[in-house]
Amino acid sequence: MLEKLTASHPKAILGSVDRFGTLEIRIEKSKIADVVKTLRDDQELLFSILIDIVSVDYSTYAGWTGERFGVIYQLKSLALGHRVQLSVTAPEDEPIVPTISKLFGNADWLEREAFDQMGIRFAQHPNLKRLLNHHEFVGHPLRKDYPITRRQALSTNDSLMDEMEARLKEKGYV
Amino acid sequence: MGVETFPAITTRKEAVIAWGQKNSLWPMPFGTACCAIEFMAVAASVFDISRFGAELVRFSPRQSDLLLVAGTVTFKQAPILKQIYEQMCDPKWVISMGVCASSGGFYNNYCTVQGIDQIIPVDVYISGCPPRPEAILTAVMKLQHKIENPATTPPAQFMAKEPKFGY
Repeated sequence: MLEKLTASHPKAILGSVDRFGTLEIRIEKSKIADVVKTLRDDQELLFSILIDIVSVDYSTYAGWTGERFGVIYQLKSLALGHRVQLSVTAPEDEPIVPTISKLFGNADWLEREAFDQMGIRFAQHPNLKRLLNHHEFVGHPLRKDYPITRRQALSTNDSLMDEMEARLKEKGYV
Repeated sequence: MGVETFPAITTRKEAVIAWGQKNSLWPMPFGTACCAIEFMAVAASVFDISRFGAELVRFSPRQSDLLLVAGTVTFKQAPILKQIYEQMCDPKWVISMGVCASSGGFYNNYCTVQGIDQIIPVDVYISGCPPRPEAILTAVMKLQHKIENPATTPPAQFMAKEPKFGY
């Protein structure tokens, strides 16, 4: 798998490591969408499911010298049964990672969650707004510098009608 | 001499109204977590909340007079809970069921309201995570006593008893 990726995306692979029996490949941030597309469409790899997208704040991570934020993608192949883990890092001042929501539909909400909780922005995401926290929330609560007990009250609920109207239009009811 | 020979009783108007209110509490469960599952057990036949006249669960705040907040309330849900409480007609009562609704529980974090009494007034609190069905029945009985005796002491069975074994 690694040889195949190195052959097709020579500049994208930064390194790889065995994480408890699963191959983790470090990817150059700007190439992540190309690499995921190859993993999904190649007939010998066939990674058909995006299991999860995890965002990491490495600011208090022991022995870490790289960029502050990390995004980890986990993929699984239903046909072949194997898994792979991809990781990219993003700097603190501009944590922007290209979206893969055009390749995997569930990446839409997974990336929204990563944006909401960790403040990582995904370039060209169709609807990058908060998913779990309310719309008046300031800051990103899973960052290590966010105090865990800083609570923010909500005055009025988000009506969510913008998404509803888009769905109604999409289904032809309006 | 019973009612048969003298078919009239004297009472106060408030006492009759309170008697009717306390025996026909219509709960509206605001169930957000596992406490709501426990409330289903109370409503089912083994524990049987209908013995206290509170079995008619209404999922509309317009038709109910007992708001039973069962579960964790986040700040995102807080305006919804407030609105539901305001939609209920007077007289209305609130039971805060379980430790999450009463104090936030172990969710001492950025997203959970630390007790629904920060949003709406509460009549009876129930401890437990989740509470036993008996605890919910106790809360209903406590609320019935509260309706019957506004601004009095708790009923005798909830007061400290004499020690059972006097040495």
